Amino acid sequence: MTGESCGLFEYGHRACGGCAAAMAARTILDAAGKDTIVVSATGCMEVFSTPYPETAWKVPWIHSLFENNSAVASGIVASLKKQGRKEKVIALGGDGATFDIGILCLSGAFERGHDFVYICYDNEAYMNTGIQRSGATPYDASTTTSPAGKCSTGNRRPKKDLPMILAAHGAPYVATASIAYLPDLKKKVEKALATEGPCYLQVHAPCCTGWGFEGEKTMAIGKLAIETGLWVNYEMEEGKVTRVKKVVRKPVEAYLKEQRRFRHLFKPTRNEPEIAKIQAVADRNAERFGIDIKLKK
Amino acid sequence: MALGLGCTAKPGKAKENKTGSWRTFRPEFLHEKCTKCGLCSQVCPEGCIAEDGEGQPVPDYDYCKGCGLCAEECPSQAIEMKKEEK
Repeated sequence: MTGESCGLFEYGHRACGGCAAAMAARTILDAAGKDTIVVSATGCMEVFSTPYPETAWKVPWIHSLFENNSAVASGIVASLKKQGRKEKVIALGGDGATFDIGILCLSGAFERGHDFVYICYDNEAYMNTGIQRSGATPYDASTTTSPAGKCSTGNRRPKKDLPMILAAHGAPYVATASIAYLPDLKKKVEKALATEGPCYLQVHAPCCTGWGFEGEKTMAIGKLAIETGLWVNYEMEEGKVTRVKKVVRKPVEAYLKEQRRFRHLFKPTRNEPEIAKIQAVADRNAERFGIDIKLKK
Repeated sequence: MALGLGCTAKPGKAKENKTGSWRTFRPEFLHEKCTKCGLCSQVCPEGCIAEDGEGQPVPDYDYCKGCGLCAEECPSQAIEMKKEEK
């Protein structure tokens, strides 16, 4: 109808309606501009944006394997440097590729200090292959490999703290963002690209299909994660937390209740001890990052 | 179709895939309520909401999947989701 697309990430991609990863891709490219080379790991974003022979990308884009996007990006950065070229390089991966399968190559690239930005869109499980748990899946979430039932309340392990692991590599800029706050995400992508050295950005990307909510609620769920303290938006520069999004916190059940993956905590009966454990995760986050806004009484 | 080592595709070729056929609900834009803030265009996962010369949103129904995010997030309730009639 209008004929012209809105940006460098073309429509016609096959993401689910209301997909947070698609919103993230659009915003990232909007921030990065056309002089950017993108390396994608295997995952939802790779699959829905490039079913051969189609591609939604209007910048140079390459996919090789699940585990090696940081290694491919390292090679591209080294080649551009040798040629004296100034294009920016972004490596993209889901949480499965980033937290689990690609962490070896990611650690290597950060340790070698290549000048690139790694962006993880974190939907907290392997969504592309059918909602299997990953190192990013939060405590008690039900997935197909951590199903809740009579003997289990879902995923038994806490979410891995990957931003801190990468900060420990000496990364100059590490930040978390959410698709619920797109202008903030855009600013952080710009800042990461402007910072020399390996930078890491982790973007919370609620998945309507995997988490079990309606596609129109994607941003609302993202906001609730932040408002309950279960996701914290912060920036770390040279290993120190320099900026944090503060909130007037809501109880965690405001967030949990909206999603099928936590349904077992409320039906058939409320599981108070487990809800209290998740509240404790939020309380620890709040204390560690100082996110609480103190209201005057 | 032969898949050689290292296959390539032309930039933005996904545009040939018209995802509008996926839609069950259709966003209707109420121009008299719209404040032209542009939020709908920003949040659309497809990126298929453009602006006309006056800043009013113009959705491309060839690609809109009808997810309803624009209607949900619109601060002026200027977008209504209506059942698609085919």
